[in-house]
Amino acid sequence: MNEFWPWMLLAGLGAFHGLNPAMGWLFAVALGVHRQSSAAVVRAVPAIALGHAASIALVAGALVVAGIFVDQGAVRMAAGGGLVAWAVWHHFFGHGRRVRIGMRTGLAGLAFWSFLMATAHGAGLMILPALMPLCLAESPLREVGGDGSAAMAMAIAAVGVHTLAMLTATSFVALAVYRWVGLEILRSAWINVDLVWTLVLLATGAVLLII
Amino acid sequence: MVTWKPDPSFYPSPRMAMKAAPETLAYVVAFDPTRAVPDELAVVDVDPKSASYGQIVTSVAMPNVGDELHHFGWNACSSCLCPNAPHPHAERRYLVVPGLRSSRIHIIDTKPDGRRPSIVKVIEPGEVAERAGYSRPHTIHCGPEGIYVAALGNAEGKGPGGVFLMDHETFDVRGQWEMDRGPQQLSYDLWWHLGHDTLVTSEWGTPDTFENGLIPEILLGAKYGRRLHFWDLHKRKHLQTIDFGDKYQLVFELRPAHDPTKAYGFVNCVLSLEDLSSSIWVWHRDGTKWAVTKVIDIPAEPADPDLLPPMLKGFSAVPPLVTDIDLSMDDRFLYVSCWGTGDLHQYDVSDPFKPKLTGKVRIGGIVSRASHPGGKNGALNGGPQMVEISRDGRRVYFTNSLYGAIDEQFYPDGVSGWMVKLDAEPDGGIAFDEKFFVEWPKSHRPHQVRLQGGDCSSDSYCYP
Repeated sequence: MNEFWPWMLLAGLGAFHGLNPAMGWLFAVALGVHRQSSAAVVRAVPAIALGHAASIALVAGALVVAGIFVDQGAVRMAAGGGLVAWAVWHHFFGHGRRVRIGMRTGLAGLAFWSFLMATAHGAGLMILPALMPLCLAESPLREVGGDGSAAMAMAIAAVGVHTLAMLTATSFVALAVYRWVGLEILRSAWINVDLVWTLVLLATGAVLLII
Repeated sequence: MVTWKPDPSFYPSPRMAMKAAPETLAYVVAFDPTRAVPDELAVVDVDPKSASYGQIVTSVAMPNVGDELHHFGWNACSSCLCPNAPHPHAERRYLVVPGLRSSRIHIIDTKPDGRRPSIVKVIEPGEVAERAGYSRPHTIHCGPEGIYVAALGNAEGKGPGGVFLMDHETFDVRGQWEMDRGPQQLSYDLWWHLGHDTLVTSEWGTPDTFENGLIPEILLGAKYGRRLHFWDLHKRKHLQTIDFGDKYQLVFELRPAHDPTKAYGFVNCVLSLEDLSSSIWVWHRDGTKWAVTKVIDIPAEPADPDLLPPMLKGFSAVPPLVTDIDLSMDDRFLYVSCWGTGDLHQYDVSDPFKPKLTGKVRIGGIVSRASHPGGKNGALNGGPQMVEISRDGRRVYFTNSLYGAIDEQFYPDGVSGWMVKLDAEPDGGIAFDEKFFVEWPKSHRPHQVRLQGGDCSSDSYCYP
């Protein structure tokens, strides 16, 4: 069971990110209704997932590198502190920033938009507890062995699993809203995911600091 | 101010906004032309079932005198649901009410009781000048990056005027919007095509050329605004200018199609220097560029010079003076205020290039002085001016004052304020609601109307 929970967590958080309208499915739907084409929805989703994956990979890569040089306890404390700080910043100032990508953007712009949204929300930071058991080297470089290649392979796999779950959730919701549900759902079901997001960041940070 | 669900007055699309429940309150800014007592925000009961229907139920006085409250807007609106810049858990709660003369901006809270709003913050002109480099705030629109404010002058009250941004929650002045203004100097209205990442601005004049009234030499010399400017909404960069030519003056109010997939809009030209006519133009795409086409011409009406103000005697005619227009939520009907003749026209603009006149009422007017079925004060002065349409398109409200210093140039006996309401048929046709005639207190003149929950010139949408 121990080997499975980080993967489950990565997939679960991927689905959570995918369900958040602000992470991209809504943009895909908007492009679909503007161009009156479900193909536009389908084309948009992989670009959104790619941008998201790039943001996650950045954090995973940084974690692997940190694991090579610093011991796990220090990485854990730094990550925990970082998450709590991000949660506080996100709560007080996150709503003030805007990503200036327009509705006429192409797929590259969409991927860039998704990268910026995921990064600004701290999407990568949120999955740190799942990444740590997989991506931290057995021991830092300055002690013995460990060139980090195994950790890097795990990080790539982890980003893959997270992205796949995110892609699945985003595709499903985008197509369902475009085809059957309709945009009226925004008025009733768009709960304040940002608030939930902040709480998840905070809780994740606290867990890392306490355990 | 953070909410769990989106504000119920936000709608993803204009189609859905049309299904909103009828408004029960209207907010109207009114100013004292003598600048002796503070300007006011009046709350008018527009609920036909209410005992105070058609009456001012509250007036909120500003803390200073001489602001000249003019155009105002909401802190947040349906554009909060846009997918590229979502901030859906904001509240449509605060009215952002600038003084066009004082450059002071008032933030007015309409909760918890919409009938009794209160001033919660006042931004002094020094702060606007210091942080944004602008003065004479004019148009307020809630949009992708917060609150957009068109300002008519720079910090010194000269050109260039432009656009600045405010935070929609803290109301901090964030700074100048333009990153590259190109040749743009004069400023007046602003709005956008969210689906086309395009912002449009129009022109009036620098404050020294309008604050004491229209200057005939400047008007006849075609030195007032007559250009449209098109901008990249996100890069904040000037893209294109369209000059209407030196025959046309005062190209004013911008009413883009509400459907974000459509790339056209309407703008009014107040005056042709050739024959005093007014005209309505459509801006639209022409290949990779924007272009304009004149679609409506409203001629001046011959009149006895004895009945005309000094400014018009030599022309022996009443110009229509189309000073405001408004487009219904379904982009089907365009309402046109003829402040000079006293007409309010309704056009079917289903085909924007071939408008059809479908309704007309007359009230006030420089010469006609037409009365109202519910009015007890005889011949009325002023004429249809700031016009606002309910979200469902069934009710149309308007007031009769244009701008303090200009009112007297065309109505030398001064403007006695009133506000009226029209009922509109779904397929065209308008008529006065005989029970709705707000005779304004003599101390103030009413200007712009905003409807509770949004109206046809406050919100913009990202989904068709």
